[in-house]
Amino acid sequence: MPGALRKRSLPYLLLLPGLGWLLLFFALPLVYMLLESLKSGSPFGGGFTLTWEFSNYTDALKDYDKQFIRSYEYAGLATLIAFLIGYPLAYVIAFRGGKWRNAMLLLVIVPFFVTYLIRTLSWETILSDSGIVVSTLKSLGIVSEDGRLLDTTVSVVAGITYNFLPFMILPLYASLERIDHRLLEAGYDLYGRRRDVFWRVTLPLSMPGVVAGTLLTFIPAAGDFINAQLLGTPKQYMIGNVIQSRFLVLNDYPTAAALSFLLMASMLIIVLIWARIAGTEALLGTEGEAR
Amino acid sequence: MTAIRRRAPDWLLNGYAGLALIYLLLPIAVILVFSFNDPVGRFNFLWNEFSLDAWKHPFAVPGVQDALKTSIEIAVVSTLIATALGTLTALALVRYEFRGRAPVNFFIFIPLATPEVVLGAALLSQFLNWGSPALGFATILIAHVMFNLSFVVITVRSRLIGFDRALEEAAQDLGATPWETFRLVTLPLIMPGVLSAALLAFALSIDDFVITNFNSGSTITFPLFIWGAARVAIAPQIYVIATMIFLFTVAMMILTVWQQRRAEKMASVRPDDADLVAEPAPG
Repeated sequence: MPGALRKRSLPYLLLLPGLGWLLLFFALPLVYMLLESLKSGSPFGGGFTLTWEFSNYTDALKDYDKQFIRSYEYAGLATLIAFLIGYPLAYVIAFRGGKWRNAMLLLVIVPFFVTYLIRTLSWETILSDSGIVVSTLKSLGIVSEDGRLLDTTVSVVAGITYNFLPFMILPLYASLERIDHRLLEAGYDLYGRRRDVFWRVTLPLSMPGVVAGTLLTFIPAAGDFINAQLLGTPKQYMIGNVIQSRFLVLNDYPTAAALSFLLMASMLIIVLIWARIAGTEALLGTEGEAR
Repeated sequence: MTAIRRRAPDWLLNGYAGLALIYLLLPIAVILVFSFNDPVGRFNFLWNEFSLDAWKHPFAVPGVQDALKTSIEIAVVSTLIATALGTLTALALVRYEFRGRAPVNFFIFIPLATPEVVLGAALLSQFLNWGSPALGFATILIAHVMFNLSFVVITVRSRLIGFDRALEEAAQDLGATPWETFRLVTLPLIMPGVLSAALLAFALSIDDFVITNFNSGSTITFPLFIWGAARVAIAPQIYVIATMIFLFTVAMMILTVWQQRRAEKMASVRPDDADLVAEPAPG
C-alpha cells in the first residue's frame, strides 16, 4: 500500500522544511543560550568556559532587579492604557463601522508600515520641550513651567503604548466582530439596559480577544528597549536595555544570556496563566480546524 | 428629548474612537510633514521651514542608499523563503490529522510569545558558538526567515480554515491528479492568504531592528542605519525614505485587499447562483 503510506507521511513532509528551520534557528539557539548562561570567565583574554555557573542567575537578578520590575511596570501600564484606548475603538469599528469597517481597520494597522524607529523618533518631535503638547499642558498647569515630557517615564510609556497599540486592537476587533448580534438582542429583549448587556454579554464574549490583545501587547512591551533608549534616559532603562548592552556592547554573554532566560521564563509563565484562563484554542487561534 | 438623551453616549463613544484613530495617525502625519522640513542643526525634530530638498535628493546622506538596498534584498529573499515554508506548514496543520499536531501548533506559537531581544540573543549565542556562517547578510537572512515563519503560518492557516474542500473533491472527481488539484484549485484559492502573509513578512523584515541588531555583524540595514544616526544626526532624508517605504507597503496592501475581494467573489461562484443558471423562459 504505497499510496496509503504516502498519504500518511505527507503532512510530515509538508511540515519538515518550516518546522526544521524553527528547530534549527529558534529551538537550538535556546539550548546554546542556556549553555552560555552557565559559563564563567571574562570577555577579555580567555573568554568563557562552561562551569555550570548557576550563580549567574541569582547575580543577574540581584544586580538588575530594578530594571526587571520597571519593565513589568511599564509594560503593564502600557497594556492597560492600550486596552482603554483600544477597546472602545475596536467596539466602534466592529458594531458601528458599517461600510467603513475595512477602511478603519486599515488606519489601525497603518502605523506598522512606518519604520518602528522613525515612529518612535516622531514622538520626540511631538513631545519635545517646545512642542505643542508640552506648551498646552503647561498653559493648563498640568506640567510645571520648567517641566518636560521627553526623557521621563511619561514619554517612554507613551511610546510603548503607541507602538504596540495595533496588537491590542486587532484581536479585540476579531473577537467583537464574531459576536452573534442575536445574543445582544436577546439581552435587550430581556429588558437589559445597555450597560447590563455590555457588562454581561458583550464583554464576556469578547474575552478571548482581551486575553490575546493584552498578551500580544504585554510581551513585546516588556522586552522593549528602543522606547527607553530613544525617549528616555538611563533612569528609564528596562531589562531589554540591559540585555542589549551586556550582550552587544560589553560582550558579557553569560549575564545577558541569563537575563534573557529569566525574561523568557517569566513571559512563558504569564502566557500559561493566561492560557489557563482563556483556553489555548482562543490563544492559538486554532478553533475550527480539521478535527 | 429621550431620543437625544439616548444618543448622547453614542456621540461620546464615536468621538472617543475618532480620537484614538487620530492618536494612531498623528506620528505618521508628523513624519510626512517633517520630510519637507529644512531643519536647523543636525536633528530633524523641530520645524524650521518648508523645503523640497530632501525629496529631490533622498539618497544624499552617505550610506543610506546601501543600507536601504541591503534591507530590500533581505526583505525580498526572506519573504520568499518564509512564505513558501510557512504555507506548506499551514497546509499540513489545517488539512491533515496527524500525531503531534497540537504540540506543533503550540511550538509555532512560541516564537511569537518570545521577546525579540531573547530571539536575537539566542541566535547570536548559536552563531558565536558555531563560528560560522560569519555574521552578516546570511545570518540576518536566517533570522528574518525564522521570525517571519510563525506569522506566515498563522496568516495562511486562518485563511485555510474557511476553505471549501468540496472544490478540491470536485477537481479530483473530474480526474485531476493531486498535484494538478493543488496547482489549479488549491493554490489559486489560498493565494490571497498567501499574498497577505507575504506582505506581512515583507513589512516585518524591512522594519526589524532588534533581532537584526544582534545578528548583523558589520552589515547595515535601513533600521540599523537609523539607530546609528539617532545618536549623531537625523536628516530629513530619513523621513523621506520612511515615507516612501510607507507609501509602497500601503499600496501593496490595498492591492492585496482588492485581489482578495476578487478571489472571494470567484470562490463564491456556485452553480446554484441565480445569475449562472439560465432562467427558464417565461411562458
